[in-house]
Amino acid sequence: MRHIRIQTDAIDTGAELARLESLPGGAVASFTGLVRDDNGLLELELEHYPGMTEAALAALVDTACARWPLLGVVLIHRIGPMRLGERIVLVGTASKHRAAALAACAFLIDRLKTDAPFWKREHFANGQSGWVEAKESDDDAAARWDK
Amino acid sequence: MTTPASRPLSILYFAWVAEQIGCRQEQCEDADDMRSLTIAAFLARHAATSPGHTAAFARADRLRAALDQQFTSLDTIIGNARELAIFPPVTGG
Repeated sequence: MRHIRIQTDAIDTGAELARLESLPGGAVASFTGLVRDDNGLLELELEHYPGMTEAALAALVDTACARWPLLGVVLIHRIGPMRLGERIVLVGTASKHRAAALAACAFLIDRLKTDAPFWKREHFANGQSGWVEAKESDDDAAARWDK
Repeated sequence: MTTPASRPLSILYFAWVAEQIGCRQEQCEDADDMRSLTIAAFLARHAATSPGHTAAFARADRLRAALDQQFTSLDTIIGNARELAIFPPVTGG
């Protein structure tokens, strides 16, 4: 089971993880990314590359499924404007045992950060805004899965 | 063998690259003379199009690219691609 979505709507974590819990495995792992309160941030705006994003996320899920014995994957990324504390991304994995579910979940979010064409723009309470710069630490986190 | 007809090339811009240029998409109907160029060489040439292009392409180290929706290095030759995208390093998740 794979459920990949790019959506403007809020992410319903409970409903999405229930898809994985209905599978006959014993382990579901998940990661939720939230809009963080950085220096008076009010709103985050997510832009993406339609077409390429869908292909990039599907390729990531293919790689995870080839590497770990997964029963299901949920990968949801929001686009458009979102407020402080709202969910940006949800990654969920289901497997028979926890090790595969946890590792595949970490792999998917680490690689999503470097391999999928999304861009964040920050809007601050003082009216200023700007595009988020990519972090070298994200490249390092993604590279640890190369070996 | 007949000579292949010239193929158009769509150029897409995202995030601050699109903002600086002031548009999100350009269409080159006759792209034959660009197809032997690397993306970096094309950007160097295309930078003269407008002050926005000049500003957006001023620092190639801040740019990333995709050809036909696959990430690629700026050293890649444009070749037969239908779509070239230029954007900043990605920041999703």
